[in-house]
Amino acid sequence: MNLTVTDLSCARGSTQVLADVSFTVAAGEALILRGPNGAGKTTLLRTLAGLTPPLAGRVDCPPDAIAYAGHADGLKAQLTVQENLEFWAGVFASGTITRAVDAFDLEGLLDRRAGDMSAGQKRRLSLARLLVTGRPIWCLDEPTVSLDTENVQRFAAAVERHLDGGGSAVIATHIDLGLPAARSLDVSPFIAKRLRADDPFAQGLDDPFAEGVEP
Amino acid sequence: MIALLKRDLALAIRAGGGFGLSLAFFLIFTTLVPFGVGPATGILGTISPGILWLGALLACLLSLDRIFQLDWEDGTLDLVATSPVPMEGLAAMKALTHWITTGLPLVAVAPALGMLLNLPGPAYPWLIASLALGTPALSAIGTFGAALTVGIKRGGLLLSLLVLPLYVPTLIFGALAVSRGAEGLDATTPLALLAGITLGTLAVLPFAAAAALRVNLR
Amino acid sequence: MPKTATMSSLWEYANPRKFMATSAWLLPWVTAITVICLVVGLVWGFFFTPNDFRQGSTVKIIYVHVPAAIMAINAWLMMLVTSLIWVIRRHHVSALAAKAAAPVGMIFTLIALFTGAVWGQPMWGTWWEWDPRLTSFLILFLFYLGYMALWEAVENPDSAADLTSVLCLVGSVFAIISRYALLFWNQGLHQGATLSLDAEENIADVFWYPLVISLAGFGFLFLTLVLYRTRTEIRARRLKALIAQERMAA
Repeated sequence: MNLTVTDLSCARGSTQVLADVSFTVAAGEALILRGPNGAGKTTLLRTLAGLTPPLAGRVDCPPDAIAYAGHADGLKAQLTVQENLEFWAGVFASGTITRAVDAFDLEGLLDRRAGDMSAGQKRRLSLARLLVTGRPIWCLDEPTVSLDTENVQRFAAAVERHLDGGGSAVIATHIDLGLPAARSLDVSPFIAKRLRADDPFAQGLDDPFAEGVEP
Repeated sequence: MIALLKRDLALAIRAGGGFGLSLAFFLIFTTLVPFGVGPATGILGTISPGILWLGALLACLLSLDRIFQLDWEDGTLDLVATSPVPMEGLAAMKALTHWITTGLPLVAVAPALGMLLNLPGPAYPWLIASLALGTPALSAIGTFGAALTVGIKRGGLLLSLLVLPLYVPTLIFGALAVSRGAEGLDATTPLALLAGITLGTLAVLPFAAAAALRVNLR
Repeated sequence: MPKTATMSSLWEYANPRKFMATSAWLLPWVTAITVICLVVGLVWGFFFTPNDFRQGSTVKIIYVHVPAAIMAINAWLMMLVTSLIWVIRRHHVSALAAKAAAPVGMIFTLIALFTGAVWGQPMWGTWWEWDPRLTSFLILFLFYLGYMALWEAVENPDSAADLTSVLCLVGSVFAIISRYALLFWNQGLHQGATLSLDAEENIADVFWYPLVISLAGFGFLFLTLVLYRTRTEIRARRLKALIAQERMAA
């Protein structure tokens, strides 16, 4: 279950943000994406997840292998923990939620409405959702936002268990998770902020009145 | 996909889900009509087929911008897009949910409101049949409009502007079936045309809605 | 693949630069033809045709009304074709041409509606009649409004082009259904009394020639305006790209 990225360029809207990104994440491995705000980590993760089409390059991984978790956690405040998890189990056609409930110690919270939980508990729930998808490659965007140190450790432990079980992860984060099997990738060298190459209005930009020139 | 349907139905009936608002709107709209046109039962009876259809249509319109907006804001749409559920399936399920929570109740209460407006007796079967056949089209067209405008802040007004012209054929055939029924005529032809429009929209528009969703998620 | 010089592809004009160069060369000629056709057609029609024995001089509004109405529909057809080209081949100029044509088509629709009302008042004794033909133009007007509003509302220009194309395709199907629904609707409610005038068949030669010329005039007017507006849209996109690049360099 390798995730291989080859010469990937990705764009947000009409702007290219990253160019020629290449890396491989093997089973049991985690890749921590680092870089300043606005560098393009979110765009890279969305491209990996297939939400945004890549400008150039390839993302090679088995089909339906990536579980994506963005800033928004996709939880419904009106539904209980159990209902939230069972919904995602149904959408991903992955069967039971017991493994996720056990792994994240949600047993006592099953009947709690998601809207009544603390931020840390919600994070646990959204991480449990990743397990429910049953997918091996996690693409996580700032997963530790709004978590205290204790919950960050709990999160790190959960990721480690996932890696030990043969999964892998690509995580964009600013803090040190202390994962032994983690490599870091600084995206700064790949930053290539320019207008996307397939935008015909970006050509000949040095000459704003190029239309007056005979071709 | 059944999970989507189950969850959306559960959300609709929980607190804040907005279930019943469309019904209340339909009731209020119908109640206001006599204040506008006067209490003469003759006039009310003549215009009641159109009024009832118009009320049902506007009641459907009210809840359209909720179809995708909440899922868009909390990230659910992104996650569903990465799941095995195809976008077409999502759009179809959303349209079905909207119909069950909005269109179906409207069909159920329409006869009662018809009595308020002095709808002639022979029209009732046609009213129920035309609303039952026509409201799925309203939901499918509305889902398409909601998919077009999901990424737009304050898209509600724009949504109405886009969807209302598309509602014209459904409204024409629906109201015509009822008013023909009210005159004691056979209304099978407009009803069949209405059913044709509904089947056509159900077959085609989930694909258009899915295309619009993919563009908006990019 | 090498391109032969003789077989230059039509798709080359989808390149903004090529389009700008060609349209710059084309515009003076098209503008001149427009002016000539409109002046000849309208002056001939207004001043050198006899009054209709039944309708009097009011019949002369036909030289504005019919061409505007025909172009209002053709503008939508052109938007449909250019939208399809954008969806299938992703040519940016095509999408911008569709965007540029919408306000022009909307104004033609408005002209057709307005002149129709002015004509209808003395003929039918009413400014407005819920005749299927009139009503379908009113609905066409609403389609134009929605299409333009969607272009304005979406920020990313490529997304806007995609979404408006989908709307244009779906809207076209619904416009056709509405047209037939309206025929059904009005015949169902009240019979006869439609005074629609079928220009091609009912009209004598003496009215026909100036009509054809002003029809050509309106067609070229549409072409001129769309070329101008497409050029403006291309410049606007170029400006946007320049600003974006400057912001990124800073």
